[in-house]
Amino acid sequence: MLSAEAITKTYRGGGGRIVAVDRVSLALPCGSRVGLVGPSGAGKSTLVQVMAMLLAPDSGSVTIDGDRVRTWGVRCSRELRHRVQLIFQAPRMSVDPRLRVGAVILEPLAASGILPSGADERSALLQTWATRVGLTSDLLERFPHEVSEGQLQRACLARALVVTPRYLICDELSSMLDVSTQAALLEVIGEIQGERELGVLLITHDRVLADAWCQEIADIRQLSARGEPEEAASSDTTPARTAGARRRLAARYSDAEPDSR
Amino acid sequence: MTGLLEVEDLSVGFRTERGVVQALSEANLTVAAGDLLLVVGESGSGKTVLAHSLLSLLPRNVNVTGYVRLRGQDLLGLSPRELRHVRSRRMALIPQSPASSLNPVRKLGGQLLEAARARGLSEPAARARLAELLCELGLDFEFVGGRYIHQLSGGMQQRIVNAMALVGEPDVVIADEPTSGLDTALVDTTAAQLLSISARGAALLVITHDLRLAERLGGRLALLYASRIVEIGPTKLFFKAPSHPYGRELLRALPEREGKSIPGLSPELTALPGHCAFADRCPDSFDRCVESLPDLYPVRDGVAARCFVHAER
Repeated sequence: MLSAEAITKTYRGGGGRIVAVDRVSLALPCGSRVGLVGPSGAGKSTLVQVMAMLLAPDSGSVTIDGDRVRTWGVRCSRELRHRVQLIFQAPRMSVDPRLRVGAVILEPLAASGILPSGADERSALLQTWATRVGLTSDLLERFPHEVSEGQLQRACLARALVVTPRYLICDELSSMLDVSTQAALLEVIGEIQGERELGVLLITHDRVLADAWCQEIADIRQLSARGEPEEAASSDTTPARTAGARRRLAARYSDAEPDSR
Repeated sequence: MTGLLEVEDLSVGFRTERGVVQALSEANLTVAAGDLLLVVGESGSGKTVLAHSLLSLLPRNVNVTGYVRLRGQDLLGLSPRELRHVRSRRMALIPQSPASSLNPVRKLGGQLLEAARARGLSEPAARARLAELLCELGLDFEFVGGRYIHQLSGGMQQRIVNAMALVGEPDVVIADEPTSGLDTALVDTTAAQLLSISARGAALLVITHDLRLAERLGGRLALLYASRIVEIGPTKLFFKAPSHPYGRELLRALPEREGKSIPGLSPELTALPGHCAFADRCPDSFDRCVESLPDLYPVRDGVAARCFVHAER
């Protein structure tokens, strides 16, 4: 079980403090497929970055299979970080443009010093994952700018899976991809989820996709201890800057509904 | 029906180190005033290149053959001066991401006025026109004019670029991936705005990979695969019963249908086969499919599909 308890995360900026997530709790059991939905700006990405140990929360706790996370970011142990992997929305912005696609896939192993030393072993490992995600070997020799968005996202999936995580978090993994590539990626994730009891958290705007693929769906607006947040009253808004700015904007616009309080 | 915009045998290739990337092959399209045409395909299928070639926005390492005519005038051989006129007053592009298409360090008022002035309006006329347009879109010119783009919500940003595109009363409006990265509520708003643009009488071309948006918008749909139009016809018929196997498999991949992916990858644009580009992934392919290239064959009710299954009719 990967669980987040009462996570609060605040950003500074725009002349004030922005509470991105406020006492939010979420549990992802092993072998489950959970969907996380909610409008833009509701704090979904912040929450999962905390759950993936990339971002330290202001308060609250994250526990992975009973081990409480005490340090965050690079100070967190590799073993712990490998247990939770994250895939982002924009593959092109989440790979090193100087690495060939093959090196992108093996990067987490290289960075952790656990890359197999033999060349044959390395290429066999790479081949296994490339085949699994549907990449042909000629693509592994290319640079990210020489492959399509969908092909690169397949590589990002392989990169996440190569460290054999217990939990996989997909942050809008397919919103920029065509439906067939989306289906292909979800097929691979579904297979591995079944094989090794992988817990999968799928963040998506696509309610139809969440309904079709996930066993359980959580709306971030209902996970907060403070109840329905005022910011979520209208989804036609960017992340709330400060409550004051929101109210001022709302007062001027018919479509930005005034805060319910 | 006379075409307002006619695309004839349009091919676009990029010269690169890896050889020529054939991004668009022999595209033929006719769009009449008030038409709504959706250009649908996965990334790399040629849809954005099609949009950009209509406006001569392609980079220099490009080979373009064929014709693009707007009310009979060929657009591909225009001088920069003539092009500026076409782009500002006759054909407008609604760019893919509003926030990154506007200057982040200038207030919106100046940018909106600049766009309106470029379309030949005097300063007072430009102000009046913008105020009217923005009002129709539910925004106040004085208010948004004093802000920067990041101070507006995604929906408002979208309306700003819509207003910029509409201010010159263009004959053709091209919207490039209008919903990528937007949440469901914003997709609804954007779809409604696109339909209102179409209702104003301009021909509207929507480039998208979002099949649900396409289904909602209606009109006609051209499906691209590996640089070619493989199916074209009324959007409603496409969603009911696609005529090309690629269209059929693509719809099956929708999560609300079967969520089943199409095996394999689309072919490399540097090495497109001389036969049907979908043959390798097609469950119904037969000998002929890997021998020669199918034409767009008429199927029924204005539908045409590039598949030998329809060749005998």
